[in-house]
Amino acid sequence: MTRLIVGPFNRVEGDLEVKLDIEDGRVETARVNSPLYRGFERILTGKPPADALVYAPRICGICSVSQSVAAAKALAEAQGVVMPPNGELAVDLVHATENVADHLTHFYLFFMPDFARDVYRDEAWHLAAHERFVALKGTASQDILPARAQFMHLMGILAGKWPHTLSVQPGGSTRAVSSGEVARMAAILSSFRRFLERTLFGDSLERIASLSSAAELEAWASEKRPESSDFRHFLSLSEKLGLNRLGPSSGEFMSFGAYGAGGRPLFAQGVFNNDVEALDSSAIAEDVSHAWYKASEGAMPPLTGETLPDVERSDAYSWCKAPRLGGEIAEVGALSRQLVDGHPLIRDLAARDGGNVHARVVARLLEVALVTIAMEGWVDGLRPGERFIDHSKMPDDGEGAGLTEAARGSLGHWLKIENGRIANYQIIAPTTWNFSPRDANGIPGPLEQALEGAPVRQGETEPVAVQHIVRSFDPCLVCTVH
Amino acid sequence: MTRPLPERRRPLRLFWMQSGGCGGCTLSLIGAEGPDLLATFEAANIEVLWHPSLSEQSGRAVIDIMERIIGGEETLDILCLEGSIMRGPNGTGRFHMMAGTDRPVMDWISDLAAKAGHVVAVGSCAAYGGITAAGANEVEACGLSYDGQKEGGLLGTDFRSQSGMPVINVAGCPIHPGWLTEMLHMIAAGRFGTSEIDEWERPLSYTMHLVHHGCARNEFYEFKASAEKLCDLGCMMENLGCKGTQARADCNMRAWNGSGSCLDGGYPCINCTAPGFEEPGHSFTLTPKISGIPVGLPTDMPKAWFVALASLSKAATPPRLKENAVADHLTRPPADRQKKTR
Repeated sequence: MTRLIVGPFNRVEGDLEVKLDIEDGRVETARVNSPLYRGFERILTGKPPADALVYAPRICGICSVSQSVAAAKALAEAQGVVMPPNGELAVDLVHATENVADHLTHFYLFFMPDFARDVYRDEAWHLAAHERFVALKGTASQDILPARAQFMHLMGILAGKWPHTLSVQPGGSTRAVSSGEVARMAAILSSFRRFLERTLFGDSLERIASLSSAAELEAWASEKRPESSDFRHFLSLSEKLGLNRLGPSSGEFMSFGAYGAGGRPLFAQGVFNNDVEALDSSAIAEDVSHAWYKASEGAMPPLTGETLPDVERSDAYSWCKAPRLGGEIAEVGALSRQLVDGHPLIRDLAARDGGNVHARVVARLLEVALVTIAMEGWVDGLRPGERFIDHSKMPDDGEGAGLTEAARGSLGHWLKIENGRIANYQIIAPTTWNFSPRDANGIPGPLEQALEGAPVRQGETEPVAVQHIVRSFDPCLVCTVH
Repeated sequence: MTRPLPERRRPLRLFWMQSGGCGGCTLSLIGAEGPDLLATFEAANIEVLWHPSLSEQSGRAVIDIMERIIGGEETLDILCLEGSIMRGPNGTGRFHMMAGTDRPVMDWISDLAAKAGHVVAVGSCAAYGGITAAGANEVEACGLSYDGQKEGGLLGTDFRSQSGMPVINVAGCPIHPGWLTEMLHMIAAGRFGTSEIDEWERPLSYTMHLVHHGCARNEFYEFKASAEKLCDLGCMMENLGCKGTQARADCNMRAWNGSGSCLDGGYPCINCTAPGFEEPGHSFTLTPKISGIPVGLPTDMPKAWFVALASLSKAATPPRLKENAVADHLTRPPADRQKKTR
């Protein structure tokens, strides 16, 4: 048996180290370490509750708005305030802009460059993949950066700036928009749609959204040559490399539900395990048996959880806690969201091969189409002149939970207010679920299990299969180690 | 006679590290426009040796680059650090170990900084400690050459990079992409010297301005027509904690994401380019006052004059501004009296 320590791992948000035990060219066990501790939960304790809206987005530069949304929801529950329709739409738009931009950043800048690696240089497809996706120099990064920046102009209008806006409040948005700005946003979305349809998909967003089975997806892909669009290009590489057999999911799929405008979320909340069940958020608890924190009496529910670093703990190997749902691991992300919401294409992919690298990437790109279409409707639904925010007094004592979905999965904030100050603040980020270390029962986290069995080529120090699997989760370690 | 070809300059080599931060400065930076980030690197003849979000290399290959730089085999022209230095617990740096090396990141940073032509702190975390240093700062976060307002930080007061410059602090939470790209262009052109930085070693190109400059709410400020709650259009200085009249940055002259700024977004400036902004000593969105007068007055303004002028202008506030100041959208647009309504 040989041991590999893979790190620093780049093109993930934040710091990551993976320890692999390798036997007969396969990963036998994996231990995932988040090697940075930041201590936001400790910073927030003792602060005026409203200040959480300044600190929380700064947990993460890539899911900044998701952090704001979770904090605002938790405060809203404590305050008993409800957003007016414009507020819901504006906040959903800001949130969706971030999530869609994150999906694209992940696909183009973080995930695809691995196919340009030297290890693939003898493959017939390598030249085209290299030309399109190689880091920093590929033609794709030259296309995506300006398109993404222009799409983010929605943030300039709706949120002042990105990342780290303060426009997202418990009662709505601080930024009312005018009719002229509604028109500008519609134009920005239209231009963005053109980029997606020409460059990413090579087809209409509606056609992508309506693909309803793995067979239909295959038939669609074969309509044109692989290099005619980036999605087709990926599908072709995925087929050649068998990415549907790489990085299998092993637990339940969980989604907190996303985008609430109009009372019904765009993506439903629930847990998928061949069938959808309701989410029991009271069954969420964090285990610290293998993390550098003072031992607690069993797994702690977040509302009463604590964060007490203990760097000397010998059985620990990560700053990431191990959240469990009813004692079980759960995978979160676009794949989980679409399985819970019941998109027929994603359900069919999972029915055939379970969760895997291929399904995670397809679900993410499918969401780009679904969410962009929804955003066009939300912009149209804005009513300039009507309220965007309702104000309400902050109570001296109270508690609240804010559950939402970041691009990379379920995000929850839990807070307690006492005597007008934050008495406890706990955050469980998406990657905390996916990249969790082992729990008290020795059960590895979702990534640790997904890595088991991954092939390792002769002489590889950073196995390329491991790179694909890790990045397929779109990890955000800065959130994880808040 | 043939003219000699223009001398082809050697590319400037840039290495980017992240430590105790959120990665938001990088995410802001890749939104650079006019031109985009890759075009900027090309125009400034910058070769990215490694960037954690943008480069292909992982693991051993990255450690090799760092070791070659430290060993003097690779020239490092620009070292960028994003995020605070994590010195805790008890100065050991174990709150942030460099993946794959079993060595604190702060030690890698010190070694690389010693070899760099320019050392650039990207964002307020790397410059002064920033948001990571908030609260009791149990993680012992600091900046490259400051610990909050105190000089020193990781590298010490006397640190000078190979170019003779102190650490350049592109402070902000996050940075505006233009603040960094402009500075990189200036370095590449050999036009960035000590006369280009302010008293906190921030590039003057953006800190020669106050956030107040170009604020769309200036007319409300002039007449002290104040916003009362977040979303109101009026000036946010009197009640909502806005520090735009003291904060140093050109946020209202250099648009964020095409057209925005914090103030345009309906929320106050929190002075995020200043050391110590993370602990203002009051709730961020409430103006601390003594007998009704805001404690933090505009930069350079004598208090007595401010009070006198404020009461005078308050008395002269046109109804249009009074009304709009406490509305979330323009309820009374300007009207031209030349135009007779029938």
